[in-house]
Amino acid sequence: MTPRSSPHAHAGSSVNRIMLDVCLALIPCTSVGFYLFGWPAAYLWLVTCAAAVATEIVCLQLRGRPVNTVLDGSALLTGWLIALTLPPWAPWWIGVGGSLFAIAIGKQLYGGVGMNLFNPAMLARVGLLIAFPLQMTTWIQPLPLAGLTYPDALEGLRITFEPATRIDGYTGATALGELKTALTLKQTAPDILAEHFVWWQSLFGLHAGSLGETSELLVLLGAAWLLWRRIISWEIPVALLLTLAMLATVASIVNPLQQAGPLFHLTSGGVLLGAFFIATDPVTSPISRTAKLLFGAGCAVVIFVVRVWGGFPEAVGFAVLFMNALTPLLDTAFKPRVYGRTHRGKPLPVTHAKVVVNHGRKS
Amino acid sequence: MLKWSGVKGGVHPDTHKDRSAALKIVQASLPDCVILPLRQHAGADAIPLVKPGDSVLKGQLIAAAGTEVSAPVHASTSGRVRKIGPVQAPHPSGLAADAIVIESDGDDRWIDLDMPDDPFSQAPMELAERVARAGIVGMGGAIFPAAVKLKQGARHEIKTVLVNGSECEPYLTTDDRLMRERAEQIVDGARLIQHILRAYRIVIAIEDNKSEAIAAMRAAAEPFGAIEVEVTPTLYPMGSAKQLIQEITGHEVPAEGRSTSVGVLVHNVGTVYAIQQALRFGRPLISRVVTVAGGCIKSPRNVETVIGAPVQHLIDACGGLTDEPAQLLLGGPMMGVTLPSTQVPVIKGATGVLALQRREVSRATESPCIRCARCVQACPMGLLPLEMARRAKVDDLDGADAAGLKDCILCGSCAYVCPSHIPLVQYFQYAMGEQDARKNAARKNDYTRMLMDARNARLEKEVAAKAAAKAAKKSRASSTSESAP
Ligand code: SF4
Ligand code: SF4
Repeated sequence: MTPRSSPHAHAGSSVNRIMLDVCLALIPCTSVGFYLFGWPAAYLWLVTCAAAVATEIVCLQLRGRPVNTVLDGSALLTGWLIALTLPPWAPWWIGVGGSLFAIAIGKQLYGGVGMNLFNPAMLARVGLLIAFPLQMTTWIQPLPLAGLTYPDALEGLRITFEPATRIDGYTGATALGELKTALTLKQTAPDILAEHFVWWQSLFGLHAGSLGETSELLVLLGAAWLLWRRIISWEIPVALLLTLAMLATVASIVNPLQQAGPLFHLTSGGVLLGAFFIATDPVTSPISRTAKLLFGAGCAVVIFVVRVWGGFPEAVGFAVLFMNALTPLLDTAFKPRVYGRTHRGKPLPVTHAKVVVNHGRKS
Repeated sequence: MLKWSGVKGGVHPDTHKDRSAALKIVQASLPDCVILPLRQHAGADAIPLVKPGDSVLKGQLIAAAGTEVSAPVHASTSGRVRKIGPVQAPHPSGLAADAIVIESDGDDRWIDLDMPDDPFSQAPMELAERVARAGIVGMGGAIFPAAVKLKQGARHEIKTVLVNGSECEPYLTTDDRLMRERAEQIVDGARLIQHILRAYRIVIAIEDNKSEAIAAMRAAAEPFGAIEVEVTPTLYPMGSAKQLIQEITGHEVPAEGRSTSVGVLVHNVGTVYAIQQALRFGRPLISRVVTVAGGCIKSPRNVETVIGAPVQHLIDACGGLTDEPAQLLLGGPMMGVTLPSTQVPVIKGATGVLALQRREVSRATESPCIRCARCVQACPMGLLPLEMARRAKVDDLDGADAAGLKDCILCGSCAYVCPSHIPLVQYFQYAMGEQDARKNAARKNDYTRMLMDARNARLEKEVAAKAAAKAAKKSRASSTSESAP
């Protein structure tokens, strides 16, 4: 019996249980993604996840760390999240490259799980977007809806693994992309939206986009699971979504011809996935409630600014990375109040002073 | 119950209380010998008053309180003093501590007790003095001398005497059983404390998972005014004085302050019972109720035993072990300490003896912190356990303090929820120990420097004096020589 410090009981939670829960929460929207985009999407998901796990194993080995750390599931989750943000028919090397970058540079270089400043999946996504803008913006229309025939398993393999395969017939624009392009063609926002954007379709995932940003309803289902399992807390997603909705509402009131309104903003471009699954990454988000609320709101502001004024229609990745950089600052600035102390850390005033005379004796 | 002022954080460990709570307190038989450590309390060692070979009677004072903050020790049975010296202490280190070992003569003969008059007619300070002489310490595990607390309290305006019956540690049911079986004595004891402190009211706080104890205490409190039985939610660490005060009064004890700063004095149910026994019957603290439980105990229950009985003796009273325990604990699983063997004695602060099976203890290995903030949410003190541990790990003691170490009550809620199984409390204990060591070293340094300075000053003075003497001699010599023709 070795002496061991208290407590001797434990809640029974573990890191891999948490990661497993997040992966479970991702299953519904991922499966619908497979349904909408066929075999190539499934292949891409598979190679991306496998590359993430493989990179993790190699890095752990190189760093002389116990290799079974990979079993904590964090690498798998990172790979999975990257896959969800890719265009579903992107070539295999996009996924593999993303995972390699995310795990090796974004995570292990910082010292492994828990040590990274930036969300590795978002680092990979933004990196890929800058390095391979073409591949990263070639979107596919949801096959069953566009009346397109599915490529069979073999055809799918060629799409994912043979870079030269032509997929012109399948491509389409995301709602955000369309809005951006059309606006530059001097169309008004309401017209464009009336033509291309039906919010309930967006909610069900019936438009072009990445695996994870299409079926918003199922993202919400997964989010509900995470909240119920207390894997994530409400502060970041609620602050993010509310702030974004508010900004969009104000903007569309001020400038109705150019601005798309809150429903559009909330249901497109992976905002829900970002709000519930990515901004809530514990490692790279702040600790205290106030800081979390500010973090969420900050993400929303950056998303909005990038979407409206920025060059990229896609903003969630930038927003999360930007706020990640501020996390240490937020953590220092907003600590929880300590019992018996004021917010500034001074002891609370004494309410019952010593009584000078008691029981007839002086003290 | 949602109250804005209530306890923040906390955890809900499995209570494991049903089995031991169901059975009545049983009297353990007399052990062949009792081992009475000289320090069973916070503060200085008691000073032995007997020698090996002396015959002692049950209840006889055998070691006197060392200083103001200390407590005397009484013989818990009659017999002969076998030795006074180091024995294996009930401490995880297994290190030795000084104790008086008494061989029982089997008669268990009491000394003539100084039966007090009606305590309510006596002066408060006289009563507090009696409590001090009875060697009573905080029996919920805090082991702070009860009389010191009473005397400190008497210098403050105390609104509320808070009787702590929340017993939030898993497995432990001593307070629960005590409240069910000895409710009247506890109420009497609480009223005596109220009398000592001239407090306005008594609140008996009990967690809502002890309905029978609540009913018993309500019934016992019924005839008296100004006694309330308050039901608190079941939450760990509700039994911590600071958290209980927050729950009951809505006030927080100021940092670096005492409960008395908010007009409250907290005593555990067991302590209140011991105080009543001392003030009504003159009985010193020589026995207590201990929960013997855990998956390896044949029939878990509460045992009333003399202080100093070996832990093994209690285990035998509960049918013995069914299995080799994976962990042997003194106290509850959240704050208890591992025991080096079953031969160590039961001390005044021993709330429970737990023999746990492998599946009952956490054994996962530590992995890196994922900053999930569960520890932050669980901390009832509003601290940042992950930061404290991170700094403690690299010996940044000031940083750890700034992150909250100085306010940490070592309740273990943080480590209980940590999915990375980081032994947070172990880091905190290490850092606190290190701080103490440094403080002591600094004090020692100061002391040596003082000595050195004094020595240097003395030397300098001597040198100066010598020089002066020499000069004087010289001048005298020269003056004489000058004066010489
Ligand atoms: S609970 Fe453990 S893993 Fe989570 S933040 Fe605290 S120390 Fe880190
Ligand atoms: S042990 Fe200290 S840091 Fe951990 S929960 Fe308790 S008070 Fe907070």
